[in-house]
Amino acid sequence: MGEVMKYIICVVTSVFLLTLSSGCAIKKVEAWERGDLARTEMAFEPDAQQAAYRSHVYFSKEASSGGASAGGGGCGCN
Amino acid sequence: MNSIFDLKIRMHRFLKILPVLAIIWSSNAFAVGIGQPAPAFERVPLMGGEPIELKDYLGQVVYLDFWASWCGPCRQAMPLMNSMYQELSGQGFTVLAVNLDAYVDEALRFIKQHPVQYPMVRDTGGVLPELYGLTGMPTAYLIDRNGKVRYIHHGFKRSDVVRIRHAVESLLAESQYKTDH
Repeated sequence: MGEVMKYIICVVTSVFLLTLSSGCAIKKVEAWERGDLARTEMAFEPDAQQAAYRSHVYFSKEASSGGASAGGGGCGCN
Repeated sequence: MNSIFDLKIRMHRFLKILPVLAIIWSSNAFAVGIGQPAPAFERVPLMGGEPIELKDYLGQVVYLDFWASWCGPCRQAMPLMNSMYQELSGQGFTVLAVNLDAYVDEALRFIKQHPVQYPMVRDTGGVLPELYGLTGMPTAYLIDRNGKVRYIHHGFKRSDVVRIRHAVESLLAESQYKTDH
């Protein structure tokens, strides 16, 4: 009886874990469902070119301390 | 005791197939592959009118193109595929576009600004993309004269036209569909 209980616990645990893991993403956003995500207002930066320009300026100014990345203390040239 | 033993065996079997079930569940096991018959469908044209069936094009080489107005590469592909259609339609080639926009107004607005000559149908609720097992946008299925998928094109960039045209021309060169098939 102890063994049966062990199996039951095993099955219940695996089903529970599967349910939990599927709960992280209830439904995957499919490739054809990305219309709303593709909207300009959904982007982190509405103007990609301007964002790249700003990032470049920031990185150039802050290069000696690593700029936007973690590393720093180099020559500071960019 | 016998029933307990049966239960143990069943549980053991279940645990053995559990990882397989998980893989099948997570992967797209129903995607259409090369050499398989293109799943049949019937859809209403985007601009309205009589429903179009895929089997209407049996005997022709069909470039079944899934697109949406918000998809950049799809928009890039459309004028290029339109010129290929205009050039090769006399030889038995057609482009059949399937629009997947969630909002029909957006698709209509786009198509009014960038008109194409080839037929275009609309699918809602992701029925056709699920049937064909789409993994990205755009995806196109090149179907031969006998209704079999012979080439699948994922994504699109300008230089891809050469490869697509080569595939289309090689399928056009193949023998015509025979009615006794």
